[in-house]
Amino acid sequence: MQVPAPFEYERAESVSHAIALLERLGDEARVVAGGHSLLPMMKLRLAAPEYLVDINDLSDELGYITVESDVVRVGALVRHAAMLAHDGLAEHFPIIRDAEHLIADPVVRNWGTLGGSLCQCDPSEDLSSVCLALDAECVITGSGGQRVVPMADFAVGPYQTAVGEAELLTEVRFPIRPGSSSAYQKVKRRAGDWPVAASGVAVRLDGGTVIDARIALTALGVDDAVDATEALVGRPPSEEAFAAAAAIATQVSRPVDDARGSAEYKRHLAGELTVRALRSAVSRALSTTVN
Amino acid sequence: MTATPQTREHRQTEFEDNDQTPVGFGRMLRKEDPRLIRGRGRFVDDVQLPGMLHLAILRAPVAHARIVSIDISAAQAHPKVKLVVTGAMLAEKGLAWMPTLSNDVQAVLATDKVRFQGQEVAFVVAEDRYSARDALELIDVEYDDLAPVIDARKALDPSMPVIRDDLEGKTDNHIFDWETGDAEATEAAFARADVVVTEDIVYPRVHPAPMETAAAVADYDRVDGKLTLWSTSQAPHAHRTLYAIVAGLPEHKIRVIAPDIGGGFGGKVPIYPGYVCAIVGSLLVGKPVKWAEDRSENLTSGSFARDYIMRGEIAATKDGRILAIRTNVLADHGAFNGQAAPSKYPVGFFGVFTGSYDIEAAYAKVTAVYTNKAPGGVAYACSFRITEAVHLVERLVTSLALEMGIDQAELRLRNFIRPEQFPYETKTGWVYDSGDYEATMRESMRIAGYDELLAEREEKRARGELMGVGVSFFTEAVGAGPRKNMDILGLGMADGCELRIHPTGKAVVRLSVKTQGQGHETTFAQIVSEEIGIPPADIEVVHGDTDNTPFGLGTYGSRSTPVSGAAAALVARKVRDKAQLIASSMLEVSVADLEWTKGAFQVKGDPSSSVTIQDIAMRAHGAGDLPEGMEGALEAQICYNPENLTYPNGAYICVVDVDKGTGEVRVRRFIAVDDCGTRINPMIIEGQVHGGLVDGLGMALMEFIEFDEFGNCLGGSLMDYLIPTALECPDWETGHTVTPSPHHPIGAKGVGESATVGSPPAIVNAVVDALHPLGIRNIDMPMTPSRVWDAIQGRPRPPV
Amino acid sequence: MQVTMTVNGDEVTRDVEPRMLLVHFLRDALSLTGTHWGCDTSNCGTCVVWVDEQPVKSCTMLAAMAGGKRVRTVEDLERDGVLDPVQEGFMQCHGLQCGFCTPGMMMTARWLLDHNPDPTDGEIREAISGQICRCTGYSTIVRSIRWAATHENASHIETAETAGSSS
Repeated sequence: MQVPAPFEYERAESVSHAIALLERLGDEARVVAGGHSLLPMMKLRLAAPEYLVDINDLSDELGYITVESDVVRVGALVRHAAMLAHDGLAEHFPIIRDAEHLIADPVVRNWGTLGGSLCQCDPSEDLSSVCLALDAECVITGSGGQRVVPMADFAVGPYQTAVGEAELLTEVRFPIRPGSSSAYQKVKRRAGDWPVAASGVAVRLDGGTVIDARIALTALGVDDAVDATEALVGRPPSEEAFAAAAAIATQVSRPVDDARGSAEYKRHLAGELTVRALRSAVSRALSTTVN
Repeated sequence: MTATPQTREHRQTEFEDNDQTPVGFGRMLRKEDPRLIRGRGRFVDDVQLPGMLHLAILRAPVAHARIVSIDISAAQAHPKVKLVVTGAMLAEKGLAWMPTLSNDVQAVLATDKVRFQGQEVAFVVAEDRYSARDALELIDVEYDDLAPVIDARKALDPSMPVIRDDLEGKTDNHIFDWETGDAEATEAAFARADVVVTEDIVYPRVHPAPMETAAAVADYDRVDGKLTLWSTSQAPHAHRTLYAIVAGLPEHKIRVIAPDIGGGFGGKVPIYPGYVCAIVGSLLVGKPVKWAEDRSENLTSGSFARDYIMRGEIAATKDGRILAIRTNVLADHGAFNGQAAPSKYPVGFFGVFTGSYDIEAAYAKVTAVYTNKAPGGVAYACSFRITEAVHLVERLVTSLALEMGIDQAELRLRNFIRPEQFPYETKTGWVYDSGDYEATMRESMRIAGYDELLAEREEKRARGELMGVGVSFFTEAVGAGPRKNMDILGLGMADGCELRIHPTGKAVVRLSVKTQGQGHETTFAQIVSEEIGIPPADIEVVHGDTDNTPFGLGTYGSRSTPVSGAAAALVARKVRDKAQLIASSMLEVSVADLEWTKGAFQVKGDPSSSVTIQDIAMRAHGAGDLPEGMEGALEAQICYNPENLTYPNGAYICVVDVDKGTGEVRVRRFIAVDDCGTRINPMIIEGQVHGGLVDGLGMALMEFIEFDEFGNCLGGSLMDYLIPTALECPDWETGHTVTPSPHHPIGAKGVGESATVGSPPAIVNAVVDALHPLGIRNIDMPMTPSRVWDAIQGRPRPPV
Repeated sequence: MQVTMTVNGDEVTRDVEPRMLLVHFLRDALSLTGTHWGCDTSNCGTCVVWVDEQPVKSCTMLAAMAGGKRVRTVEDLERDGVLDPVQEGFMQCHGLQCGFCTPGMMMTARWLLDHNPDPTDGEIREAISGQICRCTGYSTIVRSIRWAATHENASHIETAETAGSSS
C-alpha cells in the first residue's frame, strides 16, 4: 500500500490551540479532520505537508448541529453521517440529505466532515454546491476572531479557499427561508464514485410564484451559483420555466471530456439534472406549504 | 444424453433442506471458512519473518522512453536502505529478462528503455515498507522520451517506432497472425446468405483486480541453499519450474508456498517482475524480503485482460438459419507478449467463436501487435479468450435477431446444436462433449418469465420508457488440457493427486491446484468422500505448497475440477481398488463377491458381512495378513491427463432499464441457468456463478483500463477503475440443468468462469434491446451513462 | 511518537512514526492480520475496523489519530469461543469465497445490526456499498447478514470449530 511521506503530528486540544499551532507551524502545516481527502493524496504523494494538525478532538466545540428560528448552524467537524441522519437539517434543507446520501459511502461518511469537504474545495465535491444553493455562510476563525464569508466567496479556485494559513473553518450557517425547499440530483458511474455531474437547487415560493431560486452545479466547470432569475423568479413553477432554467444551466456549463463522460454529455446533464432537481424542490416546497 | 431440468434454487429451502455434512456430493459448509471468518487466514502480506526486509519498486512514469542514466547513490545513502538494484545490475547476473508465458521475454527491470507506464525500473530493499517507499524518491532516472504506440490500429503503420528493438531483427510491432476455419467455405456460405449482419465490437482492456494484490516473501537460506517463496500464485508448481529456469536455482532447492490467496481471477497466473525482484533481493541480502504490490502497481503493471478489437459478420437464411460466422480481430498484447494460454494456442481458445450453434462454416483471423501498454492477456476469468469469443458470437446473434425481427431466444433455439449431435465437432475443430442447449435455454426462460418480460417491455415502450431484455447462450471449453497438444512453456497440462488413508481411516489428499477462493479444501474433500466413503470432515486437503504436493499446472481456465478433480476421483478409486482386495481377504470371499456401499465393502446379499473403509485402513497398516504380495498402507498417487476439454454451457437472461435522460443503466434482473455437468457442492457452484456475474456486470457497465494518447494509464486506482458494489448488483437468480461430461470420471465440467464468459453479452444485448427502438444495434462496453447517452444521440464512442 | 489506544479491549502502547497508518499499526505492530488492505484510495473497504464504535477505513486514518480511542477488529467478533451471529451467517450462507474482504464486511455488518436489527436487503446493500467483494456478487453477503439478523437472539450459537479444518 502507498504510504505518506514523513511529517510531524500535532493534536489540537481546542480551536484556539489549533489556530496557535497553525500560526506557529506556518504554511507547511495542514489541518486534518476526517482525512478522507487529504490522506489519500498524501499516500499518493500528491500532498506532502510537514505538519499535520489533528482537530478530531474538537467535537465539543465544532461537532454541533443547532436549529434556530432563522438559521441552522453546523459545526465544521460534523461528520457526513450525522448530516445525513439529522432530521432537522432534512426538514429545512432536503438537498442535504439528497447529497449526503450520494457522497462517498457509508463508512467514509462516518469519518469525513463538512469542514473537510468544503476546505478540500474539489470542483467535483457535492457539499460546496449544496452550500452555494442554500446561500450558506462560512464562519472562519483566526487568532483575531471570526469572520463570516458567504459561500459564494468561499472558494477562491480549485482546491483553494478563503481560509487563511492560520485560520480554521469552524461553522457553516444555513439560512432558513419560509416557503423554500431544495433538491440535489447527481449522476455517477457507480455508488461511491465522484459525480459525472450534479445540480443542486433551492427554490422559494410565495403563493404559487417562485420568488427566489438558486442553482449550483457540480463538476461542470461553474464556480458561482447559476443566475436563473430570469427563467424562474416571478413566475409560477412550470415545465417551461424549468426548461428555461435548464437551458441557462447548460449554457453556462464548461465541462471537460474525461473518463467520466464527454463534455457534451455533461452539458446535457447540467440541464437534465437541473430540471429534475427543480421538479423535486418545487414539489417539496408545495407539499411543505400545504402541510 | 438428456438433461434433467431442475427447479430453481430457492434460498430458503436451500437452508432448510440441506444436509450440511454429506458423505460425498451435496451442499456442505466450507472447510476454509472457520479460519477466514475469524481473521485467521494467512495471506502473503500476513507472513512476518524475523529480520524480514521490505522491497519497493520504482516504475516508469512514461510509456516509452530510452533510459539515459540512473543515479541510485542518494537512495543507497538512506540509512534504512540495504540494497538498490537497477536493470543494468541484473543484466550483469543474466537476470534482467525473464520468459513470459508465451515464450516472449519480459524485462524484470528495464535495461535499455521503458516500454509502458508502470514498468519496473529499479528496486529498493529497506528495513521497513515506509523507508523503502521513501527511497524510491531518491532514485534519479534520466529518460529520453520516445513516441509511444498507443492505438493498436496504428501499431503496424511503418511510421511507428519499433517497441521491441530488444528482439533481434525486429522491424515492426507485429507479434503474430493466426487463423482458423475455412475462409473459402465461409465466403461461399456468405455469398448465398439472405441476410448478413456486420458489427464492430471492441472488448476493452480490463483487469482482474483481485482484492488482494500480488505479493511475495522470498527467504533464501544461504546455508542449505534453499529458497522458500510465499507468493500469490495460482500455479505454484509451474512457478517453481520457471524460477529454476530463470534464476538457475536447482528445482529441489525451491519451495513455493501459495498460502491463502485473496482472489486471483487469472491475475495470479503469471510470474511478475516483483516476485523475481524479491528473490534477487533475498539472494543478495541473505534475509527474507517482502514485496507487496500497491493497488496502482496492480492496475498499471499487472496482467490485463481482453483488449480485442473485433469485426464480426454473421450470415443467415431468410428463415433465420445461421449459415456462417467470420471475424477479423486485432489483438493488443501490450509491450511484452504475456498471453497465458497453451503454447499451440496463441489466441487461447478463441476458436470456439462459433458458439453453441450448428452452422456450416466459420473463419477467424487474429493479428496481434505490441503497443506501449502493460503486458498480459492472461486473465480475468476468461477461460483462455473464450470470453471474447462468446461475446462476439452472442452479440452477433442478437444483432441478427434485431435485424430480422426475430426474438433473440427464438433465433438461438432455431440454431442450437441438438442433443443427439454430441459429441459435436465445430467448424473450427473443437469437439464439444455434451449438452442439451434447448432444455437449458427453456429453463432460463421459465425462471425469467420470458413472455411476460417481453409483454412488459412492449408496454413500457409504448409509454416511451426504455426497458430491454437480453439473452446470451455460451459454450465454454475448459479443463486444459490433453497433453498431446497442450502445454505451457513445455510443461504438459496434466495434474497429479495423492491420497493417503491413515490407519484410523482419516485421510489426506494432496493437490497440484490451488484455491484462490473457489473452495478446493471443501470440494476436493467431497470428491474423495464420494469415491471412498470417508466423511469430508475427515479428509484434509493439502495444496499450495510445492514441497508437499504432486506436480501439476495449477488453477486457472476453470481447470481445477475438470483436471485435478478427475485426478482426485481416480486416485480415490485406485485406493478403493486396493481396499477391495484387502476386504476380500478380511471377509474371506472373492473380490467379485463384494459390493461397494459408499464407505464399506459388503458381501453381496449379506449386509451383515461387511468391512468399512476405516477397518480396511487399519488392516492395511496393521500387523494382520494382507493378500499375497500386497504392500502395506492404503495410498496412491496418479497424474491425470484429460482426453478432451469439457464444455460447460448456460443460458443467461438480463433485464435492464435505461434512463433516457441520463443514460444510466440499471440491471433489474439477471437469470443464469448453468449446466456444468455433475454438481459437487451446489452452494459453491452458486457462489462461483454469482462471482462471475458480478465480473460480467462490471465489465459491461464500468470496468475499463483506459489510456490517453501519451500512454498514461487512466485506470490506475480503484477511484478510476470501477468495480461494482452491492448497489449495482441485482439479486442474482440461478438455475441449472445437468448434462454430465461423458469422458470425465465424475461427469463434472468446471464452472469458475462460466458466468464471467456468459454475462457480458447478456447485459449488452439487454441494453441494445432497450435502445433498438431508437435505431441502435450496437454499443460497446463499458456502458457508462455517458457512453449510453452518446450512443442514443447517434454518436457512439468506441472505447478505443 | 508514542501512541496508546485500546484494541479489542486491551490497552496497547507503541512507538510509531506519526505517518503510520492505523491498518499497518494493527497488522505490523500488533500482528492483528485479520484486517486487510486492498487499495490506496479508501475505495475497497477491506480495512474496515471500528474506532470508538464506528466503522472506519483504517487505511485512511493514522495510528496517531486513533490514539486514546477504542479500536475493534475482526479478531474480537468471536467471544469466549462463541461466534458472532454475523460470522456464523457468513459461513452458513456462503458469504465469503477468498475471504479477503470478509473481515471488513463483517465489521460493517455487526455495526449495522447493532443499529438496525431488522434491515431490508436494500439497507444491507447500502451499508456495505463502500466495500468491494470481487468473489461473491454480494447476494450471499446480503443473505449472510439477513441470517445473522434472524438468528441474533439465539441463546447459544455453536462454534464452528469442528466444522472445518484445523485453524
